[in-house]
Amino acid sequence: MPHVVLRHRDVPGIDRLEIYRQHGGFDALMKAVTTLKPSELTEMVKTSGLRGRGGAGFPTGTKWSFIDNKSWPHYVVANADESEPGTFKDREIMESNPFQFLEGVALASYAVGANAAYVYLRGEFWRIAGLLDRRIAEMEAAGYLGNRVCGTDYGLMIYTHLGAGAYICGEETAMLESIEGKRGQPRIRPPFPAVHGLYGKPTVVNNVETLANLPPIVTHGADWYKQMGTPDSAGVKVFSLSGRVRKPGNYEMPFGSTFRELIYEHGGGVLDGRPVRAIMPAGASSSFIIVDDKVLDMPMDYASVRTLGADLGSASVIVIDDTVSLDWVVQKTLHFFSHESCGKCTPCREGTYWMRHLIDRLREGGASEADAMLLLNVAKQMQNKCLCPLGEFSTLAVVTAIERFPQDFGVQMGAGS
Amino acid sequence: MSLADRYPKEVGDILAKYPAEHKRSAVMPLLYLAQRDEGYITKEAMKDIAQLLDLSVTDVGGVIGFYTLFHDKQEGKYRMQVCTDLPCALRGAEAFLTALCDNLGVRVGETTADGLITVEAVACLAACDKAPMFQLQSRDDIEYHENMTVDRTLELVQTLKRARKEAA
Repeated sequence: MPHVVLRHRDVPGIDRLEIYRQHGGFDALMKAVTTLKPSELTEMVKTSGLRGRGGAGFPTGTKWSFIDNKSWPHYVVANADESEPGTFKDREIMESNPFQFLEGVALASYAVGANAAYVYLRGEFWRIAGLLDRRIAEMEAAGYLGNRVCGTDYGLMIYTHLGAGAYICGEETAMLESIEGKRGQPRIRPPFPAVHGLYGKPTVVNNVETLANLPPIVTHGADWYKQMGTPDSAGVKVFSLSGRVRKPGNYEMPFGSTFRELIYEHGGGVLDGRPVRAIMPAGASSSFIIVDDKVLDMPMDYASVRTLGADLGSASVIVIDDTVSLDWVVQKTLHFFSHESCGKCTPCREGTYWMRHLIDRLREGGASEADAMLLLNVAKQMQNKCLCPLGEFSTLAVVTAIERFPQDFGVQMGAGS
Repeated sequence: MSLADRYPKEVGDILAKYPAEHKRSAVMPLLYLAQRDEGYITKEAMKDIAQLLDLSVTDVGGVIGFYTLFHDKQEGKYRMQVCTDLPCALRGAEAFLTALCDNLGVRVGETTADGLITVEAVACLAACDKAPMFQLQSRDDIEYHENMTVDRTLELVQTLKRARKEAA
């Protein structure tokens, strides 16, 4: 099957405007601005079943329909902050298929009536920002951006904005604070960005991969898109595969493909032929899945992965084999989250700090079983109390590692305790 | 000379990206611009930016302190920032960092005696399939080096050394 998002793997040179245009590039934008009302475009995306690819999986068309039409101007922000350990898909899309992404930004902007859109890139994507700036200038020169998009009365400018090294800025309200020139700390929600977003105006924040799905949906139609994937999770997904596999990388597959297909067919299997012991399906923000043959044959879609006690999230599949102890993995994730906690809310700031100290002591060998139980307790105390998802995410690996792999923490634990 | 005097076009282009009544948005791009001269943000540059955007120097300092890619003191000419997060660590990033530090005669966070390289361990850089890897932050660029070995990294260090000598 040809790629839908990673089209550069089928069409060499698609990062050049002329080649992109020869392969149907900007047909979707032309069709939208000349034949569809913004509300019709939103309906089409709703019907397609497209869900946000940044991790939350919220239906994209529904998100757009929340935009407050009593308050203007509107903004679109493309979330290109991609900082979740295990996630590296947006980077490939922007580097290799940039026009499809930017056309998606233009489609989302048209749907919600935005005349300005910002692409928020993590600071490390310095070179990609420069590349996008040049692509944006080419689109403007060709009449796809500017005061008269495709010769219509609709005007749109796209700007890049570079972050500077802060995972939390991937959280949408922290991202808006950061664009406003402040420390990137999340806002209390509600109000949500659709009502009170950038500069206090209605704003839609969509992930890069989500946006890159829009041009093919508009060109080929919602029904074409929906027939790929599963009823719960329509379309295709770029899975970032990493960890102890032979061929880590991005692999685009329909939702509902199995872990086995990803790890063994695309990923070439586990290093040294070892067995898969655990999977983190959503990067460092994952629960651990205990892996057996049945799990490997589970379809990867939002609903199915939930039955395994985890979330698919951004589909950043980290493979852990039987050479790895889970207490070490948890130490890695806790060092990450305690470093990246923004410090605004107490449960996350203090919780990640103390969890890190506890896991360090456990790893140094000076701890008792009671310390492992205390770590579990701190994690559970944090849950549902943090201002934004970061704090919650930091607890998932801790709780599921200790409960599902107690032997790795020196804990004797009966099932269900 | 103030930042706006030195870089009139750049400052103008940056301010034009944001609504005039929200010029505070320009603080991050202006900090990157300020970092271009010395490799870190000087007190004078902080004052320039505060004045340009009607902010207090404390506001500007708060932004610098929050983000890891802004620096307010001089370190090595290049920052070699090795990702040691989980996916990279599963593919040998920690052993790579240790061997690299041994070869350069520094500990993590330290700068080589010649002031050329500061070695740092950093969080995920979205290159999990290409470990071991690091980014090289210089005053006006961030360059990725992926699927690295210690030998190839030491070669890169030699190249940077030669380049500095030739520039001098």
